[in-house]
Amino acid sequence: MSETQSLRAWLLTDTPTSRRHAKFAAAYQGWLSFRSNTMAMIGLWILIFLVFVAIAAPILAPHDPFEQTLANRLQGLNADGHILGTDSLGRDILSRLIYGSRITLFIVGLVALIAPITGLLVGTVAGYVGGWVDTILMRITDIFLAFPRLVLALAFVAALGAGIENAVLAISLTAWPPYARMARAETLTIRSSDYISAIQLQGAGPLRIITKHIWPLCISSLIVRVTLDMAGIILAAAGLGFLGLGAQPPSPEWGAMISEGRRFILDSWWVATVPGLAIFTVSLAFNLLGDGLRDVLDPKDAET
Amino acid sequence: MSMLSVENLNVWFGHGRDRVDAVKDATFAVARGESFGLVGESGSGKSTILRAITGLAPDWSGNITVDGKEIGKRREKAFFKTVQMVFQDPYASLHPRHSVDQVLGETLYLHGFTDIDTRVVNLLDDVGLGAKFRFRYPHQLSGGQRQRVAIARALAPAPEILLLDEPTSALDVSVQAEILNLLADLRTEHGLTYVMVSHDLSVVGHMCDRLAVMKDGEIVEIMDVATLRNMQATHPYSQHLLQASL
Repeated sequence: MSETQSLRAWLLTDTPTSRRHAKFAAAYQGWLSFRSNTMAMIGLWILIFLVFVAIAAPILAPHDPFEQTLANRLQGLNADGHILGTDSLGRDILSRLIYGSRITLFIVGLVALIAPITGLLVGTVAGYVGGWVDTILMRITDIFLAFPRLVLALAFVAALGAGIENAVLAISLTAWPPYARMARAETLTIRSSDYISAIQLQGAGPLRIITKHIWPLCISSLIVRVTLDMAGIILAAAGLGFLGLGAQPPSPEWGAMISEGRRFILDSWWVATVPGLAIFTVSLAFNLLGDGLRDVLDPKDAET
Repeated sequence: MSMLSVENLNVWFGHGRDRVDAVKDATFAVARGESFGLVGESGSGKSTILRAITGLAPDWSGNITVDGKEIGKRREKAFFKTVQMVFQDPYASLHPRHSVDQVLGETLYLHGFTDIDTRVVNLLDDVGLGAKFRFRYPHQLSGGQRQRVAIARALAPAPEILLLDEPTSALDVSVQAEILNLLADLRTEHGLTYVMVSHDLSVVGHMCDRLAVMKDGEIVEIMDVATLRNMQATHPYSQHLLQASL
């Protein structure tokens, strides 16, 4: 008890004694304010659960997700050991859902890496350097922004070939421009501030200023924006899957599962509804998490 | 020989029809170890002179000489080792996500020092903060403490000239006195040359040996502090300024 007490005091001190101590203390205080947000915690728990399910899929899944039993097709809920029923080829929907979480996480993870980093790079360089670099980079961004997102993704997938990797690439290529715009807008306000002037007076070069002084201030709002966009990314991936341009059969991608279930929606509603509910839950969880992260990470609020 | 001399300095913002001349034909010289004040109302171009000297205002013409060396359009690293600046608002001049240790450590690193840890502690002692402030973030500091950190940052490369852009105008009156005394102590301790911008004549009277009065981008009069104290300004605008500050 006393040990946890002293650890808490160590983390909450306002006079840290070392670099590491200061970092831990700042992280712990952020965690405390995040934890007090119930909805954000619900979102976080759902996502932790999703990660757990994806990792433990082979253990959790009651059946082989690819095993077809045509005699057993379109079974209802809780029929014959299939808790969520079976689809048009007699495959267990729960197992497919569990394995599908891996694909969802794969898409979300890759897009969350590629799109914001590209956007951050383009936006901060354009904003800080200015001049013709800014003009060229932002006009390219405008061109990407001018296309409807799904149509552009469709074009990319059509050009690159159908498949989950190309779907991820296509979604990333369409997702980065808003991040670039946001990062540029923030950079413009940051670059004229006194603390940037001050580091310029120490002889720091543009590379150091962008990566060490501008990025840390852009990243928090970027993370928030990414988590809020995550729902849209999952839906875009599901949309591509639904159109048959994302994950290919027999891969248990949630959007593709809805697409298959569409044909039986009136007789066997659960085939399309269950993966739909899964997409809904994960999207909602990301939104809740993003909302909570905004409260913790937004520098404007962190000042107080 | 003067430590810093400015001759026929013109500074402008914008081009063509939008061009605004912020400083017109300013000339003054500051001797080694001297404290020189620039006074005038808001918008008279005092801070712009400092920004032109440091290169933060890119459009200027005229001659700026530091320690006998003429300054070109691009500032060398050696320039930043000689000339440093303290900004007006300590709430805006420290990076909100960098701890005091990061601010001072990075400055020292950029100037090529290797014994960073001992120097950070020494700098904090110099400005009267002490090692316990080392890992704090700006939002955990008061305005006066922040300005002390900003002064420590300016002192980090061991400069010879310190440009002070209204270093106390954003602070409480009681804290102002502390910071001014600190600056006065540091000057004698390190043999620094000050150029101090202020709109407060009593601050300039306390801190400076000589001062220039500015109006609409022009220096109307350069006098020493004794003249200021005896209210013997010759130019009508300086007299007006003196009357107003009584």
